[in-house]
Amino acid sequence: MSVIGKIATLIKGSTRELGESIIDANGVRIYEQEIRAARDAITKAKTDLTGVMAKEMQSARDIERARAEITRLENLALEALEKDKESLAEEVAAKVAEQEAELEKQTQLHAEYALQANRLKDLIKASDARIREHEREVQMAKTTESVYKATQTISESIGSSGSKLMSARESLERIKKRHEDLADRMSAAETLDKELGTKALEAKLAEAGIGEDVQRKAKVMERLRARAAAGKAA
Amino acid sequence: MQSLQERLDGLDALIEARLSGGTVSLQPIPGEVPVVQVVIGGREELPIFVTASPDQILCICYLWRDTEIRPDKRLELLELMLDLSPAMPLSSFGRVEGRYVLFGALSSEASRGEIANDIAALSDNALDALDALAEYLE
Repeated sequence: MSVIGKIATLIKGSTRELGESIIDANGVRIYEQEIRAARDAITKAKTDLTGVMAKEMQSARDIERARAEITRLENLALEALEKDKESLAEEVAAKVAEQEAELEKQTQLHAEYALQANRLKDLIKASDARIREHEREVQMAKTTESVYKATQTISESIGSSGSKLMSARESLERIKKRHEDLADRMSAAETLDKELGTKALEAKLAEAGIGEDVQRKAKVMERLRARAAAGKAA
Repeated sequence: MQSLQERLDGLDALIEARLSGGTVSLQPIPGEVPVVQVVIGGREELPIFVTASPDQILCICYLWRDTEIRPDKRLELLELMLDLSPAMPLSSFGRVEGRYVLFGALSSEASRGEIANDIAALSDNALDALDALAEYLE
């Protein structure tokens, strides 16, 4: 079964076991042994492959040599026939037959070596894949355990601080309220700034005898003076 | 191997720069495996927990408990979360021991900058997701 399958089974059973037994310590040891065995197999296969490939090259050279020898001997036999040296030609023909047997043998060997080399290459690939697979399983098991243990630690920390007894809605509302408060405070500060700025300006204007306040006072005085003057006149 | 705390050294400033807001504090939590709590100012209710295994760095934000989901809306919520997950930048929904979480997983070779990016995105996503999915909660 895949590791994810094993984890799923454990979760369906009880999450509590997640920290311990996805692959127990013994399981991890077995995996690690298998990984080591696969690594050794690869090392051996690589050595064997080197030997087989050397033999393959050797047999290829032997094939070439046998072919050249056959050609050379056949030419000699032909020459003998041309000179009517029948028995000599037959002697050479026997040599050709020998070389042909050798050629056949080397050709067969060459094919066998090629086959062996391919088998070894496949073996190396398969071992590599097995190592990757096992390593992934061990890693996933370790990661799951680590996450489980971390969340245990977090849960305990949340529990002991008591802060997370609050519901998500309450948390959200508190964060929102804090943001609103901040926004309110900022806009209040802005308003205050503006007001203070306006007042300071108005004070300066009044000092310079400019502005509604100054004019209003002046108008009142004017009115009063007019009434006083009217009273005197009467 | 560097400890998680060493790897996260200076992360607070990097996250602050990305969130352009409140102060960020890092707090290691004692336990069998390394866990560091990241608290972001203004979002204290949604801390982010960072943990490391040989394989990966995991950033987790706890959202709500199983029991907080409105029973009549449960299936709808679960399907919506599955649909939302691929669309959410850097974060995915998950569940750990009856608690729904938003998490981001990074390679154990991730840089501080990458971790800071992930945490900033996770914090934004968590707040956003909570706001969007609150109607499914009690």
